[in-house]
Amino acid sequence: MELSEHIKTANVEDVTLRRPFHPALRGTLCVTSHHLLFSNRKDEASWQLLILLKNIDAIEKRAVGSSGTITIKCKDLLVLQLEIPGMEECLNIASSIEALSSLESVTEMYPFFYRPSHLTLLGPWGLSTTEQYYKQTERLWDRWRVSKVNSDYSVCPSYPSAVIVPREVDDDKLIRSARFRQGGRFPVLSYCHHSNGMVIMRSSQPLTGANKKRCKEDELLLQAVIDGSELGYIIDLRSAQQAQQARMTGGGFESKSCYRHWKRIHRHHERGKVVQESLIKLVEACSDLSHSVDRWLSKLENSKWLSHVHSALSTAGLVVECVERDGHSVLVHGSEGTDNTLLVSSLAQIILDPASRTVTGFLCLLEREWIQAGHPFQQRCAHSAYSHARLKQECPSFLLLLDCVWQVWRQFPLALEFSEALLLRLAQEVYASNYGTFLCNSEQERCAAGVKENTHCLFQSMLKPDIEEQYLNPLYEPTDLAIWPSVHPQSLQLWTGMFLRWTEYAQNMEEAREEVWSIVKEHRERV
Amino acid sequence: MEHIRTPKVEQVKLLDRFSNKSVTGTLHLTATHLIFVESNSTSAQEIWILHHHIASVEKLSLTTSGCPLLIQCRNFRLVHFVIPRERDCHDIYSSLLRLLRPVSYDELYAFSYNPKQNDQQREEGWQLIDLAAEFERMGVPCDQWQLTDVNREYKVCETYPRDLYVPITASKPIIVGSSKFRSKGRFPVLTYFYQEKKAAVCRCSQPLSGFSARCLEDEHMLQAISKANHNSRCIYVMDTRPKLNALANRAAGKGYENEDNYPNIRFQFVGIENIHVMRGSLQKLLEVMGTRSLSMTDYLVGLENSGWLRHIKAIMDAAIFLAKAVTVEGASVLVHCSDGWDRTAQVCALGSLLMDPYYRTIKGFMVLIEKDWISFGHKFADRCDQLDPDPKEVSPIFTQFLECVWQLTEQFPQAFEFSEWFLIQIHEHVHSCQFGNFLGNSQRQREDLQLKERTYSLWAHLLSEKQNYLNPVYSLSFAESHPVLEPSTQAYHFKFWRNMYHQYDRSMHPRQSILKHVLTLKESNRELEGTVQALKTKLQAFGVSTSPLKPQTPPRERSLPSRPQSLILGAPLLSRKEVQQEEDEEVLGEEAREDAPASTDGERTVEGSSATENGYGELTGSFGSKNEPAVVTLEFGVARMTC
Repeated sequence: MELSEHIKTANVEDVTLRRPFHPALRGTLCVTSHHLLFSNRKDEASWQLLILLKNIDAIEKRAVGSSGTITIKCKDLLVLQLEIPGMEECLNIASSIEALSSLESVTEMYPFFYRPSHLTLLGPWGLSTTEQYYKQTERLWDRWRVSKVNSDYSVCPSYPSAVIVPREVDDDKLIRSARFRQGGRFPVLSYCHHSNGMVIMRSSQPLTGANKKRCKEDELLLQAVIDGSELGYIIDLRSAQQAQQARMTGGGFESKSCYRHWKRIHRHHERGKVVQESLIKLVEACSDLSHSVDRWLSKLENSKWLSHVHSALSTAGLVVECVERDGHSVLVHGSEGTDNTLLVSSLAQIILDPASRTVTGFLCLLEREWIQAGHPFQQRCAHSAYSHARLKQECPSFLLLLDCVWQVWRQFPLALEFSEALLLRLAQEVYASNYGTFLCNSEQERCAAGVKENTHCLFQSMLKPDIEEQYLNPLYEPTDLAIWPSVHPQSLQLWTGMFLRWTEYAQNMEEAREEVWSIVKEHRERV
Repeated sequence: MEHIRTPKVEQVKLLDRFSNKSVTGTLHLTATHLIFVESNSTSAQEIWILHHHIASVEKLSLTTSGCPLLIQCRNFRLVHFVIPRERDCHDIYSSLLRLLRPVSYDELYAFSYNPKQNDQQREEGWQLIDLAAEFERMGVPCDQWQLTDVNREYKVCETYPRDLYVPITASKPIIVGSSKFRSKGRFPVLTYFYQEKKAAVCRCSQPLSGFSARCLEDEHMLQAISKANHNSRCIYVMDTRPKLNALANRAAGKGYENEDNYPNIRFQFVGIENIHVMRGSLQKLLEVMGTRSLSMTDYLVGLENSGWLRHIKAIMDAAIFLAKAVTVEGASVLVHCSDGWDRTAQVCALGSLLMDPYYRTIKGFMVLIEKDWISFGHKFADRCDQLDPDPKEVSPIFTQFLECVWQLTEQFPQAFEFSEWFLIQIHEHVHSCQFGNFLGNSQRQREDLQLKERTYSLWAHLLSEKQNYLNPVYSLSFAESHPVLEPSTQAYHFKFWRNMYHQYDRSMHPRQSILKHVLTLKESNRELEGTVQALKTKLQAFGVSTSPLKPQTPPRERSLPSRPQSLILGAPLLSRKEVQQEEDEEVLGEEAREDAPASTDGERTVEGSSATENGYGELTGSFGSKNEPAVVTLEFGVARMTC
């Protein structure tokens, strides 16, 4: 079925658009295969609003006399109202939006059609590959190697074709270890400390099951990681009880007797549906304007969102403490190793690695630790906070990461090269984008769909000098030190820039930010 | 001095409030301060605690390592010492008990504090704020409002100032009659005049109406206020209490205005709770916030249960109501509560601040406090517990006002000339009793104490270090385009003021500060501009044309005036001794300095950020983890009193 067949009414005149904190506008509404376009022509000046249909999370229709009202709730949390004259037109538009905003087939999505004149599809896609990363990271050369054991994605469907593993462990052992780990996600290198050489590894849970199976190769692999040093830490992102229970369903944990040089620490993290529901509750609390301070605090608490932020930052801090302060290697995993695992390992890198705090470094980190590492973006970001659809695999792990990074920036406003604007842009792009970067669930799926050949890369476009400038932090002063964030609840805050971005509050903050910029610019010119 | 039995104790441990860390040092007890000096030789931190700041001292039961002494301060500092010998602990404890309860005003620090100024400088300091000039700025006296001398001798109302402004039609008998019908004689007087609409903000105490009493003079008085405003026939009467409280007062012969007896008034309850509720609320708040390893859930639930932010919002709501009535409707408003010196002061001051950009400047804010709080008799001595107090009179009313202003600075980052550091510093000195401004309960009492002759003014002190309190993004054009602030009262705008209530808990603060950084940049911009100008003049003197020339050596940050050490500013405040140290190091040059601070034991930290303090996890002592490295920092407020 052609996309255009979903469109019964393409154009409606005399539509009224209402947005928060803006006067209502009248204009023409168009529906295309991928966009909703509202244009207002008053005198000469014309104003347009272009919304990707994929950005629409939920719509509500209401009949008022002979006309209808559609409320559009976007995944970036914007809420709009359209008053459409004519009931039939209204229903047609609504059904087009419903059908076109929930396309399942990747190749029908807009990134496959987005062809701006200033970008070309030729040339390499993405910022870096595993091989390039290895080549650039000299400290890895001695003890680590790139393995292509997964080149046809048969060992682990969600891993990239190349991964970094201990030099002394051969591909056969990797294959066996993969069979012992959920989804084949055997332990691979995530980060190697720039001075003491200790590493952060990540994987999924071992499949020990109820009868405490072992896997010699998996044990050897981890033994090779610490290579003679006395100890490594396994940070299990489940409570001890949950890890025990996982054995009943074939999962499990690394027992002390089999992994003698590893000490396991359990930290409970909520996952999946629970976190998604937190987001829904938080956004609901932020958009309810009627309540008292008490009710607001109780709703904020009830959403548990800040509790998730708190645990993610604390565990990341713990990982850094192991690596940086105590000088031990760490293996991080939860169950599948595709959500909280990535969250914790990438946060830890922001805290301890100065290189990941630049714009390029941060985007490379996201590419390595989220996109190549197989975070299932398509499943996790199918819906955001407004959808009434039954939750399937949605989970805002990536948004949680952005929130945590924002908290770090709040506490170390000089240490990151990028500004809040970059985080906000990413929060938007991850749900609906012109670019192919966040499409699909894994490297394998992206290859099959031809993402690299047929779409543009978001990160590359963000690094174009004229674009990159808007994401820079004017106060950036690089530091080589670890930036340990405080995790007292008093030190963490609601990310107002994100969750209250469509309020009048944002305006004042924006002006203050511009003032800071102008002071900095003045200073640069003077010196 | 005779109260000090043990002036010095060695080997005292100072425990961190939120982690297991501790440092060892020496405790000194002086006539004015309790001082802790860390014995670590390289970078000894010092903590100076003024006796007046101490709210309570508690001796806990003996432990194996010594006798714990818990000291709680009014500026929300909490220190926990462990003193090796019980006798020493007891001596310190009993000395402190005596020292922190001065029995007469003469014992207060302000009377012995001497900042090395001569009498003339002192006098000039006191003349900085002139309330007559302030009323003139508002446009008073004018054809409708006049200065009355009825209270010149404090005969009509002894808690009011001598100079009062009333409507021209309010004759002396009316004033006197009205004052007899008002609690403590606090009859309606002008506190702010909104020139643009000729609308007035007046304040008073509750009427002694009981169930049915009337007073013609008082009714006349309100008529006169209403007549003085040609814009609006009606005046609003805001009773800032909850209705229930006002009703209860009627039984005691007090109460509120009956709309039937007062023509043209619109009566309104606002519902701000009384001093006892506020005191309890703050106590609850501090209890929650003081909990170790507080979870996010307990934090938010505790914040909610304390009700603190609800009270802050109630005050803000009232001020917004006031500002709207005056600026939008052009109506005059009369504000009162019970005695008219707590809630009334909060609402009048905050309302004026919303209406008048002048009060959002550093000088203007001082004037506002001087007018609505000091001159109109907010009972600072009682509320802030200055002198052998009645615990039932203590209440954080003024703190709440400062917090409301802070909440506004968060919503309007460009509207205020000052930063939160200024508010915190004022709060500090309201309790320090180091300056004369806030001593006593009323102007009359202050005159009796001869404060202007015997003590110094805080305002002069604060103005002398004005550059520390500037808000770098303050914008005059914002003030022009937003003469009246219209804050949102959405619940999510009310936030916990960490920098006030955790001022001294350094592990909780951002480790780098935008405020400090931008201030520094601005300062340096200014200096560079100066250099350019100077060079230009020089060149011109030599007859050279001045085109694009840049200064040769931009001044380094070091050459900036030293800022107070604040965690908010993120810069260390240097005590005299440390300044000396720094100067010495200056000679050694940059390289020597680079390695000097913080990092010991290979730990790398940014301005005091460290893993040990945050307590992320369970890596305690197991598996050869290294000893806790000593994190070296300078404690905030160390040299507070050396200034």
